[in-house]
Amino acid sequence: MAAISLHGLSKHYGGNPVLDAVSLDIEDGEFLTLLGPSGCGKSTLLRIIAGLEAQDTGSVAIGGLAVDGLRPKQRDVAMVFQSYALYPHMTVAANMALPLKMRRLTPLQRLPVVGRLLAGTKAEIRQIEEDVRRTAAVLEIEHVLGRKPGELSGGQRQRVAVGRAMVRRPSVFLMDEPLSNLDAKLRVTMRAEIKELHRRLGVTFVYVTHDQAEAMTLSDRVAVMLDGKLRQVGRPLEIYADPAERRVAEFIGSPKITMIEARVGDGGRIHVGGRGLAIETGQQPDTAIVLGIRPEAFTPVAAGGQGELLAGRVRLVEHLGSDLYVHFDAEGQAEPVIARLDAERAPHVAAGERIHLAVRAERVLLFAPEGQRIRTCADQRAAGAVVDTRVAARRGYAR
Amino acid sequence: MRMAIGARYDASAGRADVDPSAKVLPARRPGEAVAAVALAGPATVLLLLLFILPVAAIVAIALTDWQFGTKSLHFVGLANFEGIFADEAFVASLRNTLVYVSIVMPGTVLGGLAIALTIESGGTLRDFYRAIHFLPFMATLAAMAIVWEALLHPTIGLVNGTFAAIGLPTANWLRDEATVLPVLAVIGIWQNLGFAMVLFLAGLKSIPQDLYDAADIDGADRWLDRLMTVTLPMLGPVAMFVVIVVALRAFEVFDTVQILTRGGPGHASEVLLHTLYRESFEFLRAGYGAAITVVFLVIAVTLTLVQARLIDKRVHYQ
Amino acid sequence: MSRARHPLSWPAAVVRHALLLASGGLMLLPFVWMTSLSLKPPAEIFRTSFSLLPAHWYAIENYGKALTAAALPRYMANGVLVCAAILALQILICAPCAYALAKLEFRGRDLLFGLVLVGLLIPHQVLAVPLFVLGYSLGLLNSYAALIFPFVVSPFGIFLFRQFFRSIPDDIVHAARLDGLSEFAIVWRIMLPMAMPAVIAFSIFSVVSHWNDLFWPLIAVKSPNLMPPALGVAIFRGGEASTEYGPLMAGAVLVILPLVLAFVVAQRWFIEGLTSASLK
Repeated sequence: MAAISLHGLSKHYGGNPVLDAVSLDIEDGEFLTLLGPSGCGKSTLLRIIAGLEAQDTGSVAIGGLAVDGLRPKQRDVAMVFQSYALYPHMTVAANMALPLKMRRLTPLQRLPVVGRLLAGTKAEIRQIEEDVRRTAAVLEIEHVLGRKPGELSGGQRQRVAVGRAMVRRPSVFLMDEPLSNLDAKLRVTMRAEIKELHRRLGVTFVYVTHDQAEAMTLSDRVAVMLDGKLRQVGRPLEIYADPAERRVAEFIGSPKITMIEARVGDGGRIHVGGRGLAIETGQQPDTAIVLGIRPEAFTPVAAGGQGELLAGRVRLVEHLGSDLYVHFDAEGQAEPVIARLDAERAPHVAAGERIHLAVRAERVLLFAPEGQRIRTCADQRAAGAVVDTRVAARRGYAR
Repeated sequence: MRMAIGARYDASAGRADVDPSAKVLPARRPGEAVAAVALAGPATVLLLLLFILPVAAIVAIALTDWQFGTKSLHFVGLANFEGIFADEAFVASLRNTLVYVSIVMPGTVLGGLAIALTIESGGTLRDFYRAIHFLPFMATLAAMAIVWEALLHPTIGLVNGTFAAIGLPTANWLRDEATVLPVLAVIGIWQNLGFAMVLFLAGLKSIPQDLYDAADIDGADRWLDRLMTVTLPMLGPVAMFVVIVVALRAFEVFDTVQILTRGGPGHASEVLLHTLYRESFEFLRAGYGAAITVVFLVIAVTLTLVQARLIDKRVHYQ
Repeated sequence: MSRARHPLSWPAAVVRHALLLASGGLMLLPFVWMTSLSLKPPAEIFRTSFSLLPAHWYAIENYGKALTAAALPRYMANGVLVCAAILALQILICAPCAYALAKLEFRGRDLLFGLVLVGLLIPHQVLAVPLFVLGYSLGLLNSYAALIFPFVVSPFGIFLFRQFFRSIPDDIVHAARLDGLSEFAIVWRIMLPMAMPAVIAFSIFSVVSHWNDLFWPLIAVKSPNLMPPALGVAIFRGGEASTEYGPLMAGAVLVILPLVLAFVVAQRWFIEGLTSASLK
C-alpha cells in the first residue's frame, strides 16, 4: 500500500511562504501530477514528500505510516531529477547499482577490496548486477551500461535516471520535471514511455511539471498549484472543462481563455457590450460577473446574426492547417481575443476584416470578479455526467 | 565602416558587383591592421625582449663557457650539463629539492583538503576560518621566515620551549643537517596550505547539490558515504590540478633558504633556485648557472604543461 | 553544499570548531609570536620562560628602532612606488594588447597569442640571468627602473584580460566605433570598465607578488635606499639587527601589515585574485 497523505503542509523560505496549508490524498497506484507555473511550490512539495526538505507544519504519510522524521532512504521513494543527477564519474551500470548496493550490502561489504572477500558479497553483487541488467533491458539501455553519463545523449541520460529509480522497485515514484531538458520531439516520445511505465509498474507516481500537455495526457488526476496553494484537484478533463476558479481556467488551455467583464441583467441574463446572452446565472441583477470563453467555443456568424456576442477587427490569423487561430480586437475588450475556428468551415477570414462571433450559452464559464467559479444548474448536471464516467473508468482500471 | 555594412546587405541580396569571398563578420576595416600594431605592438616587442629572447639566451649561454665580465665566448656543447651533474653540490641540490617537494606537496594538498572539507561541513564562521588559514599565503615570506627563525631558535624559540615542556625531543632545527630540510618543508606547508584550501573550497562549491540529493534518495546519506560517493570523486579533477600547482610552487622555494640557511649546514638545505642564484650571481659562473636554469626550466615547463592538459580534461569531464 | 541538507548535530559542530580553531591557531601562531616579540624588551625575549604579553612594554623602542635604524619606511615607500609603477605599466601595456587579441582581426594574431601562452609557461626566475645582463648593458641596474622593467609586460595579464574582453559582446565595440571612438578610447573607456573584476583580481595578484618578491630585487639592486620591503627586511636581519629580535619582529610586522590589513578588508577579492593566476 503506497497511498500518500499530505496534511496541512506549510513552508517558508526567509519571510516568503512557499507552501500554504496544502492537503492532498494521493491514492495507491495513481498517477498524480502537480501542475503549476514556476515558483508555485510544486517542486518544494515533491521534495518534502521525498524527505529532502522538511516542512514547517503539517504531516506526510506514505502507505499509512507517518514519515515526518524519516530520512529519504527510509521512505522507500525513488526520484527522477530535472537535471537527472547522474553520478558523472560512474558508469551507467554503477549508477543504477548504487541504490541496490546501499541497501543490500553492509558498510563492510561495500569496502573496495576487502568487501569482496567477505562471505556472501560476491553472490549479492551478482544478483545486483542481474537486477541492473534486467532493468536496463526494459528501458533499452543495455548497450550503454559500460559508458559514463557524459557520453550519452539527453534521452539516454533520462532513461538512466529512470532506471536508477526503477531498479529499486519503490512504492512511490517521484518525478521532478523530467522532460523539461529534452527537445520537443523527444518529449512526446518520452511522455508515452512514462505512461507505459506507470501502467507496467502499477505504483504511485507523483509528477511535477509546468507543461499542461504532459499533465493532461499522463495523469489520472491533476493537482493545480498556484502561489503555494492547491487550487483544484481532479481529472484532467474536469480541470479543463470545470475549473474551480478563474486562475485555474487561465492557466489551463492554450491559447488562453478569454475573460470578458459583464453585468448581470434582468432575469439573470447577461449583457455583453450591448448584446444579451441567455444564461441562467442565479445571481442578482446588476452584479459584476466575468465570462470565460475558451477559443474553441466561438462560432462565426453573420453580422447581427443570432447569438452574436462579440465583433471586432481581425489583427492576425494563424493558419495551423486544420485550425485557424484568429486574434481580433473585440469591441469593449481591452485585450485581443483569440478564437479557434475550424479551417474548413470558417469563412475566409483575413487581417483587417471585421468578424462576428457567437457563443453557445452552455460553453460559457462564469466567474465572480474575485475569481471563484459560479456554477449554474446546467454546469451541475454536466458535472454529474462527468462523475458517472469517472466511476465507470475507475472500475475499468485493473489492479 | 558604412561601406562595409552596405556591402554586407548587397551581398545578401545577391548583387553581382560585390566580392562574394569577402567575409561578412567581422568586416575587415582598412585601419584594423594599423590599430592592431599600435595596440599590441608594445606588448609584442616587450614579450620578445623580456621573455622569448632571454629564454633563448639562457639556453644559448648554457652551451657556452661564458663568465660574467669576460669577453670570451666559446661553444662547449653539453659540457656545462655534464659539469653540474658531476658536481656533488648540484646533485645534492636537485635531490634536496625533490625531497622538499615530496614532503610539501602531499602535506599541503592533504592538509588543504582536510581543512576545506571541515570548513564546508558546517555552516558557521566559514569566512573567518577561511581567512585565518589563508593569511600565511599572503604574508611576505621573507618577513615570516625571520619569525620562523625566532620560533625555531634553539634556546629562546617557542618550539623548543614547548617541546621541552611536553617531553618531545628538541634540536637546533635550522642548524642540524638531519632536520633542516624537513623543517623548511614544514614552513613550506604552513605557507601554502591556505592556497590549496581555497582551491578545494572552490571545487566543493561547484559540486551540484542535486548529486547529494540523489545520493540521499539512493541511500548514501551518511557523512562517509557522501564523501566516497559524491564529494571525493567530484573533487578528483580539482585535486589533480591542485597537486600540480602546489608542486610547482614548492619547486620554486627560495626565500626561506636564502634568508635562513643559505643552503647549509653543508649542502643539506641547498635547493635548485638557490643554487641557481649562487652560481650565477655569487660565483659568477654564468654558463654553469645557465645549465642549472635550463634544468629548472624543463621541470617547470613539464609541470605546467601537465597542468594545462589536466584543465583541458576537467573542462570536458562533465 | 551537502551541509544544507545535513546540518551538523551539536557534538559534531563542536568538534568541527575545535579542529578548525586548532589548525587556525597553528596557522596564526607565527603572527602572534611575531607581534608578541615585537612588544618585548631584549631581557624578556631572551628569558626562557614564556608569556605572550610583555611585562614591560617595549613597543615604542622596538618599532622606533625598526623605523629609524632600518629605514623601514623607505623600504615600504619603495614597495609602494615599485608596485604601483609595475601595475600601471602592466595595465597600460597589456590591456590594449588583450583587446587586440580579443576583438581585432589581424595577421599574426594567433602567433601573438601563442607567444603569450609560451610566456605563461616560463617562471620568472629562469629569466634572471639574461635580464640581469640586459639591465647591465642598458645601465639600468641598481635603480628603480631595474626593479620595474622585467615585469612591465605580464603574459598572465594579457591572458586574463583577453578572456574577459572576449565575453563582452562585439556589438558594443561596433556601437563605440560608430560613435567615433578610436580603438585606444575603446580600450580605456569601455573594455576596462566592463572588465573591472578581472582588473581588480589582476591588480591584487600583481601587487601581492611584487611586494613579496625577494629573488629579483636581490639581483637587481644593491643600494639600501632602493630596496623593496622583502629585500629590505632580509637585509635588516642580515645586518646589525641580526640578534635584536625585538626590532626585527617589529620590522616584520610593519612589512606585512599593509597587505594583511587590505586582505582582512577585502577577503574575497584577494582570494579570487591570487587563485585566478593558477586557474589560468
